[in-house]
Amino acid sequence: MEEVKLRTLSVLVDNESGVLSQISRLFSRKGFNIESLAVGVTDDPKVSRMTIEVLTNDNHTNLICNQLAKMVPVHSVKLLEPSHSIRRELVLYKVRAKNSEDKNEIIQIANIFRGAIIDVSKETLTLSLIGDEKKTDAVQELLADFGIVEMVRTGMVALERGKYTIDEDTKEKGEFNYGKNVL
Amino acid sequence: MEMTGAKILLECLLEQGVDTVFGYPGGTILNVYDELYHYRDRITHILTAHEQGASHAADGYARSTGKVGVCLATSGPGATNLTTGIATAYMDSSPVVFITCNVPQALIGKDAFQEVDITGITMPITKCTYLVRDVNDLADIVREAFALARSGRPGPVLIDIVKDVTAAKTEYEYLPREKHATTGRLAALNERARTSTLKMPEPDQGDINTLVDMIAQSKKPMLICGGGVVRGRAHEEFREFARRIDAPVAITLMGGGGIAGTDPLATGMIGMHGSKASNMACDGCDLLIAVGCRFSDRVALKPSTFARQAKIVHIDIDRAEINKNVQTDHHIIGSAKQVLELLNRKVPQYDHSEWKKYVFSFPTETQYDDSHIMTPKQILGTIARVCPADSIVATDVGQHQMWAIQHFHFDYPGQLLTSGGYGAMGFGLGAAIGAKMGNPDKTVIHITGDGSFRMNCNELSTEEFYKTPIITFVMNNRRLGMVRQWQELVYDKRYYQTTTERGPDFVKLAEANGLQGIRVNTVEELEAAIQAALEAQEKGQGTVIDCNIFEGELVRPMVNGGKHITEFLVN
Repeated sequence: MEEVKLRTLSVLVDNESGVLSQISRLFSRKGFNIESLAVGVTDDPKVSRMTIEVLTNDNHTNLICNQLAKMVPVHSVKLLEPSHSIRRELVLYKVRAKNSEDKNEIIQIANIFRGAIIDVSKETLTLSLIGDEKKTDAVQELLADFGIVEMVRTGMVALERGKYTIDEDTKEKGEFNYGKNVL
Repeated sequence: MEMTGAKILLECLLEQGVDTVFGYPGGTILNVYDELYHYRDRITHILTAHEQGASHAADGYARSTGKVGVCLATSGPGATNLTTGIATAYMDSSPVVFITCNVPQALIGKDAFQEVDITGITMPITKCTYLVRDVNDLADIVREAFALARSGRPGPVLIDIVKDVTAAKTEYEYLPREKHATTGRLAALNERARTSTLKMPEPDQGDINTLVDMIAQSKKPMLICGGGVVRGRAHEEFREFARRIDAPVAITLMGGGGIAGTDPLATGMIGMHGSKASNMACDGCDLLIAVGCRFSDRVALKPSTFARQAKIVHIDIDRAEINKNVQTDHHIIGSAKQVLELLNRKVPQYDHSEWKKYVFSFPTETQYDDSHIMTPKQILGTIARVCPADSIVATDVGQHQMWAIQHFHFDYPGQLLTSGGYGAMGFGLGAAIGAKMGNPDKTVIHITGDGSFRMNCNELSTEEFYKTPIITFVMNNRRLGMVRQWQELVYDKRYYQTTTERGPDFVKLAEANGLQGIRVNTVEELEAAIQAALEAQEKGQGTVIDCNIFEGELVRPMVNGGKHITEFLVN
């Protein structure tokens, strides 16, 4: 009935032990599979920011946002609209490169996609690349011909475009805070 | 003043006004119990037969008094025995603080004797869990835990304290409860909640006005009274609201007591075992206002056709409940009391006599074939007639639970204690003991079935020891009646594993525990037995009344799960 697509949630949480497991447990309990998860501390050392991507429909997205927002260690939750946000992830590829011809070709690919070669050995090159999945998928396809020995992704991080932030006051945010008011 | 963690914990309980705790001691929590010994003049500890009993007792105490219940247990098995009680409190939004102790810090993660990750286990069934590893955090955490348990949508909170923390010493200073919200972790939490410019926690005035307009346009309004009205003690506001819009009121199981069962607007329970009047009204109304209910699958059996002709308005304290089970047309976030107060100021008096006439043309109560031994209605009617009107009623789970809500009319919040959301058999006796501790002047009735009673009847010894007389009515059909009912109606009468013609003899069991045991077969005998029970109660002795009922008795009406609310499987 409703379209299932990739949704990007940005969540501010307490930077404390146990919070990550609490958040991920919520997803598994409600039956949603996390496609990508990235966590890191913010400019305030007491607060971490999570970027969570899930494949789901509108209704379930609201359900997840509501459930997340009511958790005590969660400060704010925002669903990032693809058209109004920027998403990036860092990918490292270790690629087989036996001869200088292969190496040259891989370096050229890296240059075209604004990646960087960060490690070299006799048989391999390691390339780092920043981008969204369109870019990383394209590179991955090209590198596959040489043989990808191993690779790793950081998971997508995202921010809203322009001056808007996660802290904006909305009616929904006020409604979420109602339950947390402990006076 | 410098004191140990155990002493700080108890001082923090006193800050909260706690005078009764339920629990069971063990190795890791010994420091706390040693300190409790010194506080025995200020904090009464009730030792139950099993940790599960303690968890239900703390829950029953909380539900009946409106205060936060407290339950203690040791690490490992002590802690895991609490889990059914914690889940019950969570599903029914009951404020209970569970305190467990864990193995010493150095042994954490080493699979030490009686070690278990109870904070991990209980994460999905609590509002919040804490593992206290530093004695300096203890007081602050306990204050936050109590505030969280009773704030917003109430619920259970678990504090797990490693054993060394209970022995370690630090400075403690008494802090009156009014000041908790502006200190430490709570101050930070409040700051976060109030940085919104929307001046919460007042409910949104625009939302209120929208509903006032919707009511004005409605010809056939209907109200659902949910557990939120009971937890928020908003019964008076609710009654006035119902009077003003002149709408029939159905209750959910948890809403029992939110509106007096004898109120002329009350249509009885709604949903799977809802009355005809409630379910027909739900199907025919043009505006459905649900207050503090979460449209569970036992109420909104088929969400897509639930109140299909109506605009649905949801009033709830928890934003996460909106559009979770049923898609609504409008919602107001806030405590039931606050929202209804604001509404009452703006809603004029309406008259919907014609609509009410239609609704009340359907029965609000089930009729029975009187040829059987004793019908549920006769039993519950007799209990209600002979026992004091304000008696607290705790139930277990099953047929007797449904009958109790159908035929016993509850008049005030906290009068009915039942495991609604979680449906935990064995809840009743513990809850009744907790309720009696919190309400020593009231008669406490425990309505149970033979299956549920067999589960946790070990707490009869607790009842006897603490002289907390309870009148237990066992609706004894020698069957696991509710499961059998499904086997009869849905599984082609293959009655398997539901015939429990076995011991114990409940009369002898009561006597073995020092209580009075009476077996009854007729209404006259029942009446005499209740009189005897009320007399024994004066002397501090509880009674178990074993009521013999017809094994084929069904809970009626019934709508099967997932079916439209008026598609009655049995009438």
